[in-house]
Amino acid sequence: MINIGLGHYLFLAAIIFIIGVIGIFLNRKNVIIILMSIELILLAVNINLVSFSIFTQDLTGQIFTMFILTVAAAEAAIGLAIIVVYYRNKGSIRVEDISSLKG
Amino acid sequence: MDQLNFIIPELFLISSIMILLMIGVFYNNSFNLIYKLSVIILLATFILLFNHSIDTSIKLFNNSYAIDYFSLFMKALTLIACIFVMLSSFDYIKWIGINKIEYPILILSATLGMMIMISSYDLIVFYMGLELQSLSLYVLASFNRDNYRSSEAGLKYFVLGALSSGLLLYGCSLIYGFSGSTNFDLIAQNMDQLNTGSIFGIVFILVGLTFKVSAVPFHMWAPDVYEGSPTSVTTFLAIVPKVAALTVFIRFLYVPFFNVIGQWQMIIIFISLASMIFGAVTAIGQTNIKRLMAYSSIGHMGYALAGLATASNVGIQGTVIYLSIYLLMNLGIFSCIFMMRRKNIFYEDIQDLSGLSKNHPVISFCLLVLLFSLAGIPPLAGFFAKFYIFMAVIEAEMYTLAIMGLITTVISAFYYLRIIKIIYFDESKEKFEIDQNFGLRISLALSTIIILVYFIYPSLLIDVVSNINLI
Repeated sequence: MINIGLGHYLFLAAIIFIIGVIGIFLNRKNVIIILMSIELILLAVNINLVSFSIFTQDLTGQIFTMFILTVAAAEAAIGLAIIVVYYRNKGSIRVEDISSLKG
Repeated sequence: MDQLNFIIPELFLISSIMILLMIGVFYNNSFNLIYKLSVIILLATFILLFNHSIDTSIKLFNNSYAIDYFSLFMKALTLIACIFVMLSSFDYIKWIGINKIEYPILILSATLGMMIMISSYDLIVFYMGLELQSLSLYVLASFNRDNYRSSEAGLKYFVLGALSSGLLLYGCSLIYGFSGSTNFDLIAQNMDQLNTGSIFGIVFILVGLTFKVSAVPFHMWAPDVYEGSPTSVTTFLAIVPKVAALTVFIRFLYVPFFNVIGQWQMIIIFISLASMIFGAVTAIGQTNIKRLMAYSSIGHMGYALAGLATASNVGIQGTVIYLSIYLLMNLGIFSCIFMMRRKNIFYEDIQDLSGLSKNHPVISFCLLVLLFSLAGIPPLAGFFAKFYIFMAVIEAEMYTLAIMGLITTVISAFYYLRIIKIIYFDESKEKFEIDQNFGLRISLALSTIIILVYFIYPSLLIDVVSNINLI
């Protein structure tokens, strides 16, 4: 059995974080995928905070995680609402179509 | 319990927001009432700020909330700017039909978020304030929901804003992990022994904050969002959140990260240089005035950050003065944009201003003063703002920054002067229908007059700002 330490958790969080960031930038299809990627980034942060909190014997990190979870829910709600408004105007939520403002 | 005395302004704002929501639910068509009440509430909050002596410097709630001269000044600036933005945009909101009760309430909650950000002395408090502010602003940007440009602006702002919050938060988690605390003072103590983790944390936090002040290389949301959102929201976005974001920027650099100045100084210099150059060059080809203001604001944030890079009290004070004068100039320019209306249509193109001087000499003169001031021409206030920044930069012996700043000032003068040329020398078009709105007129007149006569007694602002000593 390998001994799982702080480094492993941080590595996992870093991978999830990078997947989230790449998901936002390489995604050309659907805005919902961007919403999921944002969620992934926030979850990576949560993993980071909880593992730090456990390995440094300090409770603040877990409290911080609770705050982030609530805010992430609010953020997803607002994001979905904006997507609905956008869809009603444009009839599509393809990322390629979001390009009427440029210059 | 006596700690609560120091956050009376915030408590007052929170309870008023709830009461306003109740009024909005139980009375139909109460937009006018709620809008006026919220201006009064902002004014009352401003007065309540001076409930305690201005020299107080304490940390509340286990050192997580700082009440000091710096936070007091910045909160006062935020509230004043917010009041004037609300006064000047009242008619616009009614004309384009976004007069819903949620509008003033969202502005109030964004302001509350900014006040919390400004006072925050702990990563958790800071994050909550930041999210309260940004979530309200996402909704505001897409507030004109039947207009596809507004909803697209909101969508873009949401995606990039949420990404920047995520990056910032990742930085916060690393900082927390490697310093063992979320409190700014404790982070500062533990920052001495540097490791790779904390450097990554600093970089991520700086990236997130750069997003929020819209400086290069994370500026790409600003032009689209400024152009697409309703002009009243653009005014708010261009003026008020900058104060809070820059305050947090100063706090982060000079409290928790001050011991590791070698790590961030070059980053700030780079961001500042890149913003100045980018803002000056890209604004030249713009035709939409709101978009042009976005690029100009990117450039101006570059100058403001130049003061931060100096790591001296003079530099911070220069930045604060720059910010105050920048707010005034932007308020004036956007008041002029609100006046460009014929029938129901608001015009946003620079070409629509052509020959304005023949039909509206007074407004043209105000625009002339404001644009000259933005370009930094003496003896207007914009010149002094740049002067203090460059003085601080030269004192810190950063000559490249100073020289590039001067060059980009000259380049950016081109597009400001082009607008003046269009106003004064091009063929005139139809008259605009100027509103008799008192709030709009007073904000335009006030900003123009202050910018015009600032040189008579510049030490007034300097004396107020010179009490800000963070180092």
